[in-house]
Amino acid sequence: MNGVVTKQQTPALSVRGLTYSFPGERPLFDDLSFDIQEGEFVSLLAASGMGKTTLFRLLAGLIDSPKGEIVASGRQISLTEAASKGAQIGYMPQKDCLMPWRTVLDNAALGLELNGTSKRVARMRVMEQLPLVGLEGTEHKYPHELSGGMRQRVSFLRSLLGGADVLLLDEPFSALDAMTRINMQEWLLQVWEQHRKTIVFVTHDVDEALLLSDRVLVAAISPVTVLEEIIVPIPRPRKYETVMDAEFIGLKRQVLSLISRTQHRSGLEGESL
Amino acid sequence: MSRGISASAPVILFVILLAICWEALATIFHIPHYIIPKLSGVFISIGENWELLAKHCGVTLGESLLGLGISVVWGTIAAIWMDSSSLAKRTIYPLIVMSQTIPMIALSPIMVMWFGYEIWSKVAVVVLFTFFPIVVNTADGFRTADLDIGELMRTMGTRKRDLFLKWKIPAALPGFFTGIKMAAAFSVVGATLGEWLGGEAGLGMYTKRASNMLRGEEVFSGVLLLSAMGILLFLAVQGVERVTLSYRKNAKS
Repeated sequence: MNGVVTKQQTPALSVRGLTYSFPGERPLFDDLSFDIQEGEFVSLLAASGMGKTTLFRLLAGLIDSPKGEIVASGRQISLTEAASKGAQIGYMPQKDCLMPWRTVLDNAALGLELNGTSKRVARMRVMEQLPLVGLEGTEHKYPHELSGGMRQRVSFLRSLLGGADVLLLDEPFSALDAMTRINMQEWLLQVWEQHRKTIVFVTHDVDEALLLSDRVLVAAISPVTVLEEIIVPIPRPRKYETVMDAEFIGLKRQVLSLISRTQHRSGLEGESL
Repeated sequence: MSRGISASAPVILFVILLAICWEALATIFHIPHYIIPKLSGVFISIGENWELLAKHCGVTLGESLLGLGISVVWGTIAAIWMDSSSLAKRTIYPLIVMSQTIPMIALSPIMVMWFGYEIWSKVAVVVLFTFFPIVVNTADGFRTADLDIGELMRTMGTRKRDLFLKWKIPAALPGFFTGIKMAAAFSVVGATLGEWLGGEAGLGMYTKRASNMLRGEEVFSGVLLLSAMGILLFLAVQGVERVTLSYRKNAKS
């Protein structure tokens, strides 16, 4: 399963035998297992209704799974763990979720502050990072004074500084307009190449998934028992123009055929949602 | 600031125009002073009795502030309680809303029976008028706190205390201030009513006595001062709100 892994190590995020269903409904995941290696950028590509949000809530420790385990950096993820030991995973939600009463500086410092870092040190750390994410000079602005793209940058920085080793990005650019979105994808490529944090990125945009990731995992059938893997061997640094390369289009064709097969199959099961 | 003045220019001009019409009509039609006194007469009356009026103003203001303070403390405690327990919310909130169908004016004499003719019966009437807007608006503030922010904070391993201090409280502050602003205006109404029902001092008592003696100028001077007091209380709360919630200065609504 582990495609581009060169050195053998414990994965940054490991999911084993995950099974989950809402009461009275058929399971969303059945004995699902996958690994994310340290420093890897992996996209999860799934149609809506496949339990993407639920998977994220499980990974973020917001809900507990009755069966299976999720381990991030050697720590079991669960509700009770989250309550006692602080951030396990840096979660960047779909909405920016910035606090309107906090400045950019204090919004980005939230995670540090909650971990018990003093306000002064937290602010210093944010100030160091602001230029790296292209937010220099905005530290005293309030969220309502920023554009959608800028707000997502603040949100990203907040997750980055939260202290967790794995970042979980939940369709962070889906609410942005097309142009801003391309900008933000290039921006994320750039920032990630500097940080090399482990990132799990959820999206339903095939281009976005291929452009950003080392590996793309496609949720093929519902209930999800296995994730189909596509390795993206395109060298970095990548630019948005990469999406027009022949190699990229070949990969895209591969992903699309996987998805259409999926839809066909779930269609046969008489349920597409 | 100059923007504030130019924004309120229309209302200021309109009030001046009304004042001129009042003075002119009362003079032209020789309206008896106990029906509508001349505006100039009202101001002369205020000037003549200013010492007495200041004393009565102080009494009414004291009652209003005391009642308002009690409502702020207990209203906030009730709102926090309803936010922290859904059972409390389902039990208390409907009762508080239903209590508003009781005419406060009819209830006020009971306050006099319970708390006597001292200041506390007036304070009690003020609380009757001010508790509701504070508790309902503050509770709404808590209720409308962005759940996604709370969820995000939970993924960061946030403790309950921090969720309350860094998420719920700042989110509820705008509603809290809206409640106090409304209550500030109502508080003067409550104090006046309390004094009517049985008081030895205060602007409410002053207007009632003047009205019994058909002294139009004195009635209207009392009414004007009561209204000014309500406006000033409102503006004072708004001032505190502006400073506290300065982040909303340029916010789109």
